[in-house]
Amino acid sequence: MAGLTANTELLRQILVGFVRDEVHKVGVRKAVLGLSGGIDSALVVFIAAEALGAENVHAICMPYKTSNPESETHARLVAKACGVNFSVIPITPMVDAYFDMFPDADNMRRGNKMARERMTILFDHSALLSALVLGTSNKTELLLGYGTLYGDMASALNPIGDLYKTHVWQLSETMGVPAEVIEKQPSADLWAGQTDEEELGFSYRQVDELLYRMVDLRLTNEELVVNGFAPEFIDTVYKKVQNSHFKRRLPVIAKVSNRTIDRDFRYSRDWGK
Amino acid sequence: MDFTAILAQIKPKLGCVADNLALIEEHIQQAIAAKADLVIFPELALTGYFLKDLVPEVARRLDSPEIRRLVELSRQISISVGFVEETSDYRFFNSALYLENGAIVHLHRKVYLPTYGLFDEQRYLARGEQFRAFDTTLGRMGMLICEDMWHLSASYILAMDGATTLVCLSSSPGRGIEGETLGSANAWQQLTATTAMFLNCRVLYCNRVGYEDGVNFWGGSEYVAPSGTSLTRARILKEDCVSALVDEGTLRRERIFSPMLRDENLFVTMQELRRIEQKRGL
Repeated sequence: MAGLTANTELLRQILVGFVRDEVHKVGVRKAVLGLSGGIDSALVVFIAAEALGAENVHAICMPYKTSNPESETHARLVAKACGVNFSVIPITPMVDAYFDMFPDADNMRRGNKMARERMTILFDHSALLSALVLGTSNKTELLLGYGTLYGDMASALNPIGDLYKTHVWQLSETMGVPAEVIEKQPSADLWAGQTDEEELGFSYRQVDELLYRMVDLRLTNEELVVNGFAPEFIDTVYKKVQNSHFKRRLPVIAKVSNRTIDRDFRYSRDWGK
Repeated sequence: MDFTAILAQIKPKLGCVADNLALIEEHIQQAIAAKADLVIFPELALTGYFLKDLVPEVARRLDSPEIRRLVELSRQISISVGFVEETSDYRFFNSALYLENGAIVHLHRKVYLPTYGLFDEQRYLARGEQFRAFDTTLGRMGMLICEDMWHLSASYILAMDGATTLVCLSSSPGRGIEGETLGSANAWQQLTATTAMFLNCRVLYCNRVGYEDGVNFWGGSEYVAPSGTSLTRARILKEDCVSALVDEGTLRRERIFSPMLRDENLFVTMQELRRIEQKRGL
């Protein structure tokens, strides 16, 4: 599918320019981001290093005790490959202290808590380093709602939020992300052996083909079926997109005045920049 | 006559009129030093693009100090520049000025305000209602602002009104990453080339660069000869300033070689448009 094959040199130029321009225009030189050992954050750190200079990028690996040790190894490998600053801040003490009060908490609550713990560390380092937090959620995850609101979905700037996972793989190769990181199974790494595709129930390649036609090309359901997608698959994905839409929006404000923020009080974020 | 036009592919700051005026002035001074005859800036060069509720704040009347300053500078060089215009009845237009010899030679108000996809112009701005060619010391010209050019009738009217140079000021967002070149760059290059070719006119296209809220503006400002050939093209996605040597001979030869404009039958066009107008009950 032509639409899912990106001109990666062009993409690289746009995204590197984006990070450089949007970081510098707020009067900051640096960026900070969480490096999980996975491909999305690896790609973002490569983009950031090229945009800002490796010395201005701080990557933080924040493992929990159940995280796969390979993740930290991969994070370290990625940081070394692009030359950025790297540190490890384990989140086990904070997360465990909390769940000691709620020992029956399920995996979802624990996973969300971990994601939000990491977010607080990144934003604390944003203040510490005068650095903007870079987001690492791709378009596939954002559309499916496969992320934690105010957790990994929180950032100041997200260079890859309009890239499907398929694009992330392509651009990562162009930018020189280490092969072991590109080739491994995508995983949220919340518990041992977890993989995204198993949890979602379909592969990223499958769902990217569907999302691209559904969202970008705006094909009707009938057209999608003609294109070879099973009606149940279309329905499942459509519902995921719909039911996670709240995650992609600011909190809803009850309107009482003439100028309500974001409804009839409208300014670009780059106002004055 | 032959002339040199500079396409100033700048990166305006959103909502910062003073900073942008300083940037524009700097480019005007450079163009004067380079002995150019005309310097062209992008759409909304004085204000930035995604203004939303900032429109009334950054709008300027024709007698405002900023516009008067630009008019003053035009004693030394012809200037074409985009800004938000405020009228005495408090309407706000996405406008472009052509300044020369210390005077406003022409004011164009954008007619086609895109309000779809990522665009929202008609929510904030009033619509212009004219396309008029105008005489300058560099020949007869017509001005278009970005989306105007996507309406064939706009360039057609200007050409029929005698314009031999179409000046298009643009703030075109870049999108489409599938092809050899950026999708919007490709679309625009086809448009400027085809327009020049159909109307035997030259096109001076000036687009901006920079990012606003994650949207990139792709640049690629260019001078397209009446044959449709791009003779000068600025860089994609980077600030740039290119100089176009516009020569009369090329225009004359093209109009001899492909006299489509000469043969254009305004009578037939008007007759059919009137018929359509009547049928639609306009």
